[in-house]
Amino acid sequence: MPAVTETIEAIDRLTDGGYKYGFETNIEMEFAPKGLSEDIVRLISAKKGEPDWLLEWRLKSYRAWLTMEEPNWARVRHPRIDYQDLYYYAAPKREAPKSLADVDPELISMYDKLGIPLNERAALAGVAVDAVFDSVSVATTFRDSLAKVGVIFGSISEAVREHPELVRKYLGSVVPPGDNYFTALNSAVFSDGSFVYIPRGVRCPMELSTYFRINARNTGQFERTLIIAEEGASVSYLEGCTAPMRDENQLHAAVVELVALDEASIKYSTVQNWYPGDAQGRGGIYNFVTKRGACRGRKSKISWTQVETGSAITWKYPSCILQGEGSSGEFYSVALTNNYQQADTGTKMIHLAPNTTSTIISKGISAGHSNNTYRGLVRIMPKAHGARNFTQCDSLLIGDQCGAHTVPYIESRNRSAKVEHEATTSKIADDQLFYCRSRGLSEEDAVGLLVNGFCRDVLKELPMEFAVEAQKLLAVSLEGSVG
Amino acid sequence: MSDTEFLDRVDFAARTGNDPHRVKAAETFRAHGWPTRADEAWHYTDLKASLRSFDLTLPGQGAPDVGGMIPRTAMPKVIFVNGRFDESLSDSSRFVRRFDDHASARADGTRPLVSLNTAVANDGIRIDVPGGTDGGTLFLVSVTDTPCQDMLAPFHRIAVGAAGSLTVIEVVRGAGRYMHNVVTEIALAEGAVLRHYRLQDESIDAVNVTTALVDLREDARYEAFTLNYGAKLSRYEAHVTLSGPNAAVHLNAAQLLAGTQHGDITTVVAHRAPHCASRQTVKSVLAGSARGVFQGRIEVAQWAQKTDGYQMNQALLLSPDAEIDSKPELEIFADDVKCSHGATIGAIDPEQMFYLRSRGIPEAEARAMLIRAFLDEALEPVTDDEARSIFEAAIDVWWQKGVL
Repeated sequence: MPAVTETIEAIDRLTDGGYKYGFETNIEMEFAPKGLSEDIVRLISAKKGEPDWLLEWRLKSYRAWLTMEEPNWARVRHPRIDYQDLYYYAAPKREAPKSLADVDPELISMYDKLGIPLNERAALAGVAVDAVFDSVSVATTFRDSLAKVGVIFGSISEAVREHPELVRKYLGSVVPPGDNYFTALNSAVFSDGSFVYIPRGVRCPMELSTYFRINARNTGQFERTLIIAEEGASVSYLEGCTAPMRDENQLHAAVVELVALDEASIKYSTVQNWYPGDAQGRGGIYNFVTKRGACRGRKSKISWTQVETGSAITWKYPSCILQGEGSSGEFYSVALTNNYQQADTGTKMIHLAPNTTSTIISKGISAGHSNNTYRGLVRIMPKAHGARNFTQCDSLLIGDQCGAHTVPYIESRNRSAKVEHEATTSKIADDQLFYCRSRGLSEEDAVGLLVNGFCRDVLKELPMEFAVEAQKLLAVSLEGSVG
Repeated sequence: MSDTEFLDRVDFAARTGNDPHRVKAAETFRAHGWPTRADEAWHYTDLKASLRSFDLTLPGQGAPDVGGMIPRTAMPKVIFVNGRFDESLSDSSRFVRRFDDHASARADGTRPLVSLNTAVANDGIRIDVPGGTDGGTLFLVSVTDTPCQDMLAPFHRIAVGAAGSLTVIEVVRGAGRYMHNVVTEIALAEGAVLRHYRLQDESIDAVNVTTALVDLREDARYEAFTLNYGAKLSRYEAHVTLSGPNAAVHLNAAQLLAGTQHGDITTVVAHRAPHCASRQTVKSVLAGSARGVFQGRIEVAQWAQKTDGYQMNQALLLSPDAEIDSKPELEIFADDVKCSHGATIGAIDPEQMFYLRSRGIPEAEARAMLIRAFLDEALEPVTDDEARSIFEAAIDVWWQKGVL
């Protein structure tokens, strides 16, 4: 039976009782039927007990999505996605493994290499254990100290209930629902994600991480994150995890919005290591993400750092809109692809105000049969007097079956702005490799070392503990590509 | 003007004898229509919009007085007037003959303007320099003076045989309102050398789109420089394929634009053989509310190991309303390569200006001097004295025209 018919019939069955929006009381089910329709959007909203304005917002996004076309300009190839063949609410879980012994041994050996503590491994592998390394207490102490300084940190669903005025004011203000195909989809069906609010003048006392937030463990495919830094506030936010996540979802379409007001600063670090598919390119996550920050205030600052090693397909362009005078945006990226992975990633720096500055450092590494593309835009608008951009994109090729591509768009409409861009593509230098080998390093270790050196400018931007794991991750991700 | 309306007026039977290849090219163009900004290759140049006010026709007969536009030189000249070869004004050369086989094999859907040229081209020349021969220097001059909104579509083919050499200096000038859609195919055999210099100085009301399709065999060398200078809208599009080992290309370009001019330099250098080298320096100087576009892609095939590719593009914005859009691209499938590109955009460096001013050089002159210096690197492949003096004269006149 075609997925669409199935959906319609399933919805019909559900609505038989004439109780149109009361899914949550009538139905004892883990998941909504496959497919996407207005009813599914209503179901999601109702399940979460959302206010009317948010339901309307979702429906509007859904209707916009219906009129849109999936973008095809990125250098990625994949079979057509049947959006009616997906679950949009609480995807059914395969039976969780009972203990680590049931977990894929390849996953376990990777945890070994990354040095993930034993008790965390179970959580990452999705083992159904009750208390995972005391995360409840970690989360509680953590929340207390944040509450003391007035920082709000929780799930976006909580925030909708507890701080509706903030969510309503900022949700969709940086990434409007109709921005692109995937943002419209996300806005219609987003499941959950983080909400961070840093009040005026507060420097967040610790690095915030989804890793510590228990309810973030199954954020699902349509994650939505909103971070607001008020005047003079600052925060560093870490997303993701260096260990591969067990995840059945095929399509991820997340939206992240950052808002920095006067003199505020937001640092957003990501280590993305979703399942990349196997060595033959079967399976793996499609990661279609829209991340954008608005530097609304004077001298505000947004910095994106990303290490992308996972996903079968990455489609991601963390961007900065530099609206405040003297504001600055940064983008530091390492994207590594191996086997049959495809990454099309980069950034957009839109300079609207005078004396805005932006820095882009991108390091792409391609190995195996993969394709790795940097795609970026630097746009200087007429009012951005004295704006400044520096971009450096370096690509490294390992093996002759892969591709490395650089597609920068540079647009300047202000003569007082200075824009500089440079890009290089090369392989690992033979003399460097020889030097390492002659000192007894195995070829694989030598390549790992040199790749880490190649990425140093980006890795040094990561918070310390992340940087250490990211380095190991690069080496692990390259396995099998050398020799 | 609708896309197809124009073609409906073409009498294919009279023009082409219903050559199936050309009829097919017309269909290809008809199916695609004029390029729009939705075509990635035309992202920054809206050709359709600038042709909107045109009511294109194909040229009739006429003999305008174009003598003043023809450069004075002792070298042999081939002269086109209003898109047609003019035998009386041209010198004879044993390497040149009028070209009547217009069926270009290149007409494919991805380059609509080439398809259009294939469909309607009705004149052009063929330059054949046999192997081992030095073809000397040849002027290829195109002068146009027509108010008739003609679409001129010449098609040229230049072939240099093994170890042969040739210098071609192209001067394109005009007055009036017209569209020039030129396609030049260039084939360089093993060890052949072609120096190709081009000044595009069309009428300020004209549209010029020129496509060069260049193929280089083993050890061949293509040294090129083009200057976008005239025209309301111009696009110089070069596709250079290095298909034999050790071939080398030096593909430089510059544009000097003022007023509301729009200039587009689009290049694709495809490395399809190992050990080839490509060098590109592209400079834009933009005054008034001119808009400059540079799109340059370096492609390296998987087997094109030891490729050495370098590209630099720089823009000087002289006025608050000028705009530059630049898209340098690398597309690389071989690992043992050295490829890089760089781009800079900015105004005249105030420190350099101050240096010259403090030595008593008036502002306008100092600025002219700095712009000359800025362009100098792009002119590097122009080793022919006569060609160089043509470009330098054009550059000198540009800032005397009061654009600064």
